[in-house]
Amino acid sequence: MIKSSPMVTKTSAVSIKNLTVRFPISKSMLGKAEYLTAVRDVSLEIPRGSFFGLVGESGSGKTTLGRATLKAAPISQGAITFRDREDRAFALAELGSKEERSFRHRAQLIFQDPYAALSPRMTVRDIIAEPLEVMKLTKSRAETDELVREIAAKCRLNVEHLRRFPHAFSGGQRQRISIARALVTNPSYIVADESVAALDVSIQADILNLLKSLQCDLGLTFLFISHDLSVVAHTCDHVAVMYLGSLVEVARPRELFASPQHPYTQALLSAIPSLDPDHKTKPMALRGEIPSPVNLPSGCKFHTRCPSATERCRFEEPVLQGSGGHKVACHHVDAALQAV
Amino acid sequence: MTLLRVQDLQIKFSTPEGEITAVDHVSFEVNPGEVLGLVGESGSGKSVTARALMQLNASNTTYGENSKLLLETPGESVDILALKSERQRRKVRGDLVSMIFQEPMASFAPALTIGSQMCEQLKLHRGLRRPEAKDLSIQLLSRVGISDAARRFDQYAFELSGGMRQRAMIAMALSTKPSLLIADEPTTALDVTIQAQVIDLMKEIARDFGMGIIFITHDLGVIAQTADRVAVMYLGKIVESGPVREVLHNPAHPYTRGLINALPKLEDLEAQLTPVPGDIPSPLERPAGCVFHTRCPQFSKGTCEHAIPPQHLVGNEHFSACHLHEEALASTLASAEHNQGVPA
Repeated sequence: MIKSSPMVTKTSAVSIKNLTVRFPISKSMLGKAEYLTAVRDVSLEIPRGSFFGLVGESGSGKTTLGRATLKAAPISQGAITFRDREDRAFALAELGSKEERSFRHRAQLIFQDPYAALSPRMTVRDIIAEPLEVMKLTKSRAETDELVREIAAKCRLNVEHLRRFPHAFSGGQRQRISIARALVTNPSYIVADESVAALDVSIQADILNLLKSLQCDLGLTFLFISHDLSVVAHTCDHVAVMYLGSLVEVARPRELFASPQHPYTQALLSAIPSLDPDHKTKPMALRGEIPSPVNLPSGCKFHTRCPSATERCRFEEPVLQGSGGHKVACHHVDAALQAV
Repeated sequence: MTLLRVQDLQIKFSTPEGEITAVDHVSFEVNPGEVLGLVGESGSGKSVTARALMQLNASNTTYGENSKLLLETPGESVDILALKSERQRRKVRGDLVSMIFQEPMASFAPALTIGSQMCEQLKLHRGLRRPEAKDLSIQLLSRVGISDAARRFDQYAFELSGGMRQRAMIAMALSTKPSLLIADEPTTALDVTIQAQVIDLMKEIARDFGMGIIFITHDLGVIAQTADRVAVMYLGKIVESGPVREVLHNPAHPYTRGLINALPKLEDLEAQLTPVPGDIPSPLERPAGCVFHTRCPQFSKGTCEHAIPPQHLVGNEHFSACHLHEEALASTLASAEHNQGVPA
């Protein structure tokens, strides 16, 4: 369901310009450092109040991109600007320590595994209250308790249970605790990294519905990172597909799923197993495996596996372009899209 | 001929907090050349069932008195639960039954080459000598679609990508020519494009080698594309079973329907996702009566929380364990009687 939340304005909550993230891995014998390029020259606008989906397979750089927007991954090149509810801009690459503190409670992360993310030695109340205490956002314990109870109720946690320890809770309830912890500092931007991947199917829908309703009530902007295309199609209002550190296609989900333009998106969609046994999934065959991010292929990153790759793809890198919010980085669809 | 007959399987674990019933009176069959899908969420007992077939459950496990795991191959017939010595069990593991695990990285020894691990089991189970074992291993590695198999044979697990590791795992499981292959979430750790390839490979293998496959997963889409028959498990019970087409097109049990409604579907992006209400109960607080009654939208007070529903035949070889079918049955009978009572 695509719902527009009340806080939508024209500016972007996060704007990413030509972002590159590199990690040093080792020094070769000649003393020259080798780098792993996790994200390469990515530009993206995340509109305020959107539920922005980022999909890709393992090693595509989706987590690194998400973390970079929280200043939790190094920005090697390019710039990321975050804007809070009052439209104050934070340039992430050059935050002062005071600014950084104020940025931290405005942007938060929800983790994948609710079993690993919660300390077994803390009560649920302490887990949720910790960000407030660490950032010194409240003046008294009573004020902290008040905020904790308020957010716990919003996340549909039983307030009676706040004194218990996380081991007493099921996966779905734990994920609600993680969400409450992320939201307690009243952030405006949330990165949800595979936040439903570890949950059972019957619980997953419940958490997705909760995230959507919180987004509306609290006017949040979400970056929803997932490998599951059907989940993204159902929850998000924008989708970006990543492959080997680059964005290959950005569109509204309905358009992306109805007419995927990039060969990689087409391959991904064709590989989703259909629920109907009579409708045999015919996955588009991709050659080989995802190349190593240490030695990125030249030209189009996908040319080594693309069924329609030509000479040009091997040398010239395609630009992400298109009209009407549907952008594709492929030499073979430029003409078609521009005609539309 | 039936390859595997699981009869009245009951598995309990004794833990410091009390006895946990992991699998409760479960019966099913697998035929040669058939893929049986075992679907369920965490705690449904699907992996414990599979591990019972390999006798891999921990030492605090007790099996029910009337439980039987009968494996019938042309040469012999064994009840896996009646095996007494470790030596007899070793004959079942690897010889008759092979298993593929979820995380291929964790299943290979990191310090041995793929080849030496493949040869070791061929030596143990089939008495092959090293050169023969090597030839066969390389042959199988290419059979599962690994290019340059001779080179891969000498590599270590960490040098292979995720998809390739899972293929090597499959090759290894096949090399002893087992009659039954158990695949426990074999595609869960893989990317979708690789998953699709592994599914195709498994189907091909069931057909070519004529072995029975038990395919365990939580993903109904994967089941729809792989299995011939499916059994849906919840808290240690099979709540619904039947031909995959029947079960997915006409789900009879409220839990199966709930699972299908909770799944996001690409055909209909506007559809609301309906979660199954509530949480999976803790294994220590197993509900009485129908295990699903605490979350069932069609819960009927007075029946569901007391009586364990029997398996009802609801279609062609399609069974569902729900009290609802009794009412449906009763009302059909009643209307039939009523019709008979009215003179023509």
